Amino acid sequence: MRYDISMTMTFAYQAAAVNARQIVHLMPVDKPGRQRLIAGNLSFSPQPSRRTDRFDFFGNAETAVAFDTVIEEVDIRLQARVEVTGGAYPEGLPTPPDALGAEIAGWRDLGPLSPVHFCTPSKRVPVDADIAAYARSATEGAAGLAGKVEALGLALHRDMVFDPEATTVDTSAGEAFEQRHGVCQDFTHIMISGLRSLGIPAGYVSGFIRTIPPPGKPRLEGADAMHAWVSAWCGPHVGWVEYDPTNATFAGPDHVIVAYGRDYSDVAPVKGIMRTAGGQKSRQSVDVIPIE
Amino acid sequence: MNETQPHHSDGIDAFLSGYAPIPGAPDELVGSDGRMRQVWADLIGHLAARTPEQLDAQFARGASYLREAGVFYRQYGDADRSERDWPLSPVPVLIPGDEWTEIETGLKQRADLLELVLSDLYGENRLTREGHLPAMLVAGNPEWLRPVVGMKPASGHFLHFVAFDIGRGADGGWWVLGDRTQAPSGAGYALENRMASMHSFAGFYRDARVLRVAGFFKAFREGLNRLRREDDSRVGILTPGPMNDAYFEHAYIARYLGMALLEGEDLTVVDGELMVRTISGPQPISVLWRRLDANWADPMELDESSRLGTPGLLAALRAGNVTMVNALGSGVLEARAFMAFLPRLSQVLTGRPLAIPNIATWWCGSEAERRHVLENASHMMIGPANSLHMPLEPDRQTSLGGELRPASAGTLDDWLKNSGPMLVGQEAVSLSSTPVWNEGRLSPRPMSIRVFMARTPSGWQVMPGGYARIAASGADPSAVSLRRGGTVADVWVISDQPIVRETMLESGSGEFGRAQSGWLPSRAADNLFWLGRYVERAEGTMRLLRAYHGRVNEMPEGVTPLIPSLESYLEARGLSTTDGIPDALVSVLGAATGSANRLRDRFSIDAWASLADLQKTVERMSHSVDPGDDAAVAMSVLLRKITGFSGLVHDNMYRFAGWRFLSLGRALERAISTVHLLQIFADPIAPEGGFDLCIEIGDSVMTHRRRYSVNTSRATVIDLLALDPLNPRSVACQIEEILGHINLLPGAGSNGRLSPLARAALRLSTDISVHTPETLDPAALVALAEQILALSTDLGDTYFN
Repeated sequence: MRYDISMTMTFAYQAAAVNARQIVHLMPVDKPGRQRLIAGNLSFSPQPSRRTDRFDFFGNAETAVAFDTVIEEVDIRLQARVEVTGGAYPEGLPTPPDALGAEIAGWRDLGPLSPVHFCTPSKRVPVDADIAAYARSATEGAAGLAGKVEALGLALHRDMVFDPEATTVDTSAGEAFEQRHGVCQDFTHIMISGLRSLGIPAGYVSGFIRTIPPPGKPRLEGADAMHAWVSAWCGPHVGWVEYDPTNATFAGPDHVIVAYGRDYSDVAPVKGIMRTAGGQKSRQSVDVIPIE
Repeated sequence: MNETQPHHSDGIDAFLSGYAPIPGAPDELVGSDGRMRQVWADLIGHLAARTPEQLDAQFARGASYLREAGVFYRQYGDADRSERDWPLSPVPVLIPGDEWTEIETGLKQRADLLELVLSDLYGENRLTREGHLPAMLVAGNPEWLRPVVGMKPASGHFLHFVAFDIGRGADGGWWVLGDRTQAPSGAGYALENRMASMHSFAGFYRDARVLRVAGFFKAFREGLNRLRREDDSRVGILTPGPMNDAYFEHAYIARYLGMALLEGEDLTVVDGELMVRTISGPQPISVLWRRLDANWADPMELDESSRLGTPGLLAALRAGNVTMVNALGSGVLEARAFMAFLPRLSQVLTGRPLAIPNIATWWCGSEAERRHVLENASHMMIGPANSLHMPLEPDRQTSLGGELRPASAGTLDDWLKNSGPMLVGQEAVSLSSTPVWNEGRLSPRPMSIRVFMARTPSGWQVMPGGYARIAASGADPSAVSLRRGGTVADVWVISDQPIVRETMLESGSGEFGRAQSGWLPSRAADNLFWLGRYVERAEGTMRLLRAYHGRVNEMPEGVTPLIPSLESYLEARGLSTTDGIPDALVSVLGAATGSANRLRDRFSIDAWASLADLQKTVERMSHSVDPGDDAAVAMSVLLRKITGFSGLVHDNMYRFAGWRFLSLGRALERAISTVHLLQIFADPIAPEGGFDLCIEIGDSVMTHRRRYSVNTSRATVIDLLALDPLNPRSVACQIEEILGHINLLPGAGSNGRLSPLARAALRLSTDISVHTPETLDPAALVALAEQILALSTDLGDTYFN
């Protein structure tokens, strides 16, 4: 499935900002077997004084910009054409859940896709006893690691209310879970926390999903903004699977990946620092249009 | 260890008669044969020849040096965070020179090994790939910084300044207890320990063949200077700021080494280059001795919640323009789990065993080791593998036999099985004891030594001694006992050769020229300016309060409207008249101390002590002083103290740009407060007694009497306090001073054109010099106040942003 993606984000600073800097993760990844980036362009207005493009530790495209002049607003525009060539469904020989710990303890790879990065608490996903207890009971009886992943995702989809008013970008997983309300970021953080408590390595995927559903299918939640879902490691044979708890589905042709990380803080679409008295406001609009 | 004193003199025998080493552990002073070790002979001879009273007096000299030098610390993890006296045990720990040489050799080898491990962890990852080190331990380590992976340090090295905690174990050999690779603290305290013991042992120390420590700092400073990219770029010390436990030490060492003490907000990245914001604009800096934990260093790529860092710092490092001492990410090796693997890594990377072993450590992620820990749990410290806490530091998650495991973990067996890869067991080693002076005699206490090492152009240099930690009680020889408070001591390495004395002072043609002027960080300028303002404000407040409290009892209510008028003037400034010492006075002095605290590296010890004394006095008085005469007397005491501080600062401070900002703050505050005073009390309709009040608060009573043969009038008061350029209290005199300083600040004028700030100052000066007491009417005073305040704002916009 091919998509044309266009996105605009506008940051308005309440007071004029000096020395504003941003680190941006918006360009979809190129990942053989899963997704191909055919073309992409990321632009800023006003023109930054300096721009550096690189790949971060996890292999995500990262753009750092700095503005020397005083600015009041920054527009970030993304244009990309992407082909989603495969899904992230569980396939392959399952690893017994109680053998996973030993696999990880003996794992020798320290590269970006190694499960070892996704086991321990991270900045936005600290240990949470309530979520751990919930995860234990939600996955009881589920067969295999992928079965546990799906069971936890389904339970969250059942028990959590999608509610853009309930949380902000800085709400912790624990708070959102206590309220049982939140958006894709909250669903994802809670699920990561639960999976890690079960000993299953889990990370954060940021991306897009198609705006208009295929005929006869319902419109997906999160289509009007950036989306997030979970990546979970189910042993050496199955590898990474991706599950979208907001929509209760494994990630497939509707899910376009932008970046992988341990949690939101690794992949935040725009991280910004400026010296200004006031805060900032952002607006975004996203279109993910299938072509053909 | 076998050298013992063959012939005990009777005095020494008597002196040591009650000294009984702790069973089960070696003692530094007394060998296993019960005899004193040779290296202690001279020192013990010196001590034994004196009475306990004489020794107490002698040791008090060291303690009083430390107090006067303002050496204090904050107890690690203390709730009240108050500053305490430095807990120095006066008797040094003595180590023979040849034994020290072995320690040096072993630790140099270890430092080189750690460098190799770091370059692998941030480079090719051979150690994990070949299975010598579990990948999950590295990945789970909070100091393994992913944004640093793949970066090569500009200097070619990750490590430049490290410390090791070592202790002597039951077998008499030395063990490494902990590796400090991030930003080890304590080197400044080691220097202070040495200064104090030189005071305690004045006379004796000179000829005691103690290796000197100054040469170490000289070599380190030279090493840092060599790392600079260009000769005109700078070396600075990066500190988290005054809220940090070790800030005193950062300021101390910055002063000692003559380096700029910088906070994250002093730095900025321009075009990929790290710069210091100074009053002369951004200036390059290429070497930072980092005392800030890496995760706080850059909110863009590391911990985004950090307010202590510098946005873009990692980008500057990636561009290869800055050397960090130590490189960001070096702290990864502080995790105790590494101790389980370093013996093997040494073989793998260097083909040699560790010359000095580290304390035996087992990672519970593999079956055999887990079983070993379980079977030997009773003498094993069990806790988180990636904990960065030293074995000797308080750590609520690590305990003997794993007693402090989480409640949900179940039995020890369950815990080790379920959380094994997250846990390590470490042998609870016993440490040797060293004598401390306790109630008139020597008693043994367990101890460890922190050894500091610096990379210099000629390789690693080791600070010979300086810093030992000593347990509070002698009951328990295990290393754990060091956690419960205790003291520190100087460590003397005793050479068998005569000592060459060294100091930090350069002899002959050093490579350190006179520092360029104008290199003043904007933040420091800002703090100096406000320090000047706050101190002057405090002084003015004291004069006002003295004038009020001196009058309030003399003049019965209703007789004169001056008292109510003064009361409302005070209240408008937040100064309560019902308290002897109003809270607002305490807080303005607090603000002054706060500003001074961020400038510690720029103040003399005397000036700092005098400000601290003032603050202490006013806080004490605030509980006891009553309004009226009592308060008036108290204000006179405080005024004498605050003028003492001002005198120390203004007379002794080097006349650099920093001094100008301090003086500008004082002059601006004095000008504005005098104008305000005149607006009310020198008004044509001011209450009776107002003119005299102005003269008194303006500290010009004597002058007025000499200059004018008449009583006070509006004309004489305005003339003396506003217009007379010869009166150091007058507004005109302040403005002349302001103009003079502004004209000499960087950027005041170029090519004959004045900067807007210099123009504004000149206009103000001209305006006031053409006024007469008649033209400086109430409306003109209002305009004057506005002009002065505008100048203060302009100054801030020009130099502090």
